[in-house]
Amino acid sequence: MKTRHLRLGLCALALTVMLVGCATKPYDYTNFRAHPPRSILVLPPLNESTAVEGTYGYFSTVTMPLAEMGYYVYPVVVVDQFMKENGMPTAGEMHQAPLDKIRDIIGADAVLYVTLKQYGTKYQVINSATIVAVQAKLVDTKTGLVLWEGTATAQQNSGGSGNIFADLIVAAVDQAINSSTDQAHDVSRMANALLLTPKDHGLLYGPYYPKDKQQ
Amino acid sequence: MEAGEIVNNARVKLPLWLLAVPVLVAGCQSPTVYYWGHYEELAYVTYAKPGKLPPEAQVLKMEEDLQKAASANKPVPPGFHAYLGYLDYQMGKTDLARQEFEKEKVQFPESTVFMDRMMTNLVTK
Repeated sequence: MKTRHLRLGLCALALTVMLVGCATKPYDYTNFRAHPPRSILVLPPLNESTAVEGTYGYFSTVTMPLAEMGYYVYPVVVVDQFMKENGMPTAGEMHQAPLDKIRDIIGADAVLYVTLKQYGTKYQVINSATIVAVQAKLVDTKTGLVLWEGTATAQQNSGGSGNIFADLIVAAVDQAINSSTDQAHDVSRMANALLLTPKDHGLLYGPYYPKDKQQ
Repeated sequence: MEAGEIVNNARVKLPLWLLAVPVLVAGCQSPTVYYWGHYEELAYVTYAKPGKLPPEAQVLKMEEDLQKAASANKPVPPGFHAYLGYLDYQMGKTDLARQEFEKEKVQFPESTVFMDRMMTNLVTK
């Protein structure tokens, strides 16, 4: 059912988020169906934006959508620290790690490589626009095949509504300890919803996705 | 406070015009499979504000989350117990760390290779 597939995506779209570069043809899931992963390792994104804080502002928002779509997602901080301690101090080096090693050492079925194209807020005369643009690729660690790839751009314009759009998107996340979050961090959640959840373009559901929701 | 209450709080802050589209708002309240609590925000704070929340403070937040997850009758997300074990390890509590890594394995067998590796590190360090 479209509504259910688009659960997060619809929500974000309803909130005037813009989806850029959405292809009309459904994604070819041949490789995905042939090698359906149970577990996904998310590496810190390659940051091509001008915002240094984007790397971790974005990185800390990917687990939720992937896990809610039914995948086992390795603990991002623990993996990041583990790789740093093992000779890979930067995201660039982590993205170069051989797939067979990732499979042997961490056990991941697939790796999600994300490139952050844009991250941050542009202030104009009356309002401001916060933009997060991402490009992502899911790769099978056994065969090296690309299982899925996609891009998304989320934009939130300030119109006197402050952070409320993001509040709704992240309603299930307790942000009490983090009141001064940068806006792009919240907009990252919208970008992920647009990237991962659209029917025919997003990820397929993983093994932990509740059966009664799969329609 | 459970997830539902957090959602309600968010609604209180809605501007009036948005109340005109209750259908859209309802669409945003889709229940999650997991009880997320502070898990992702702790990751954010760890990087964005280093030192603001030391392992001890993070563990307290996560123990709070565990209780709330239990009363909401929801599982904690993938990686939750692994991260808690990692914090225990940082605090030198290797037995507790081991227990949490084992819990991660039981809840998500996909974590086995990585959790075993973390436990090997406990022995060698």
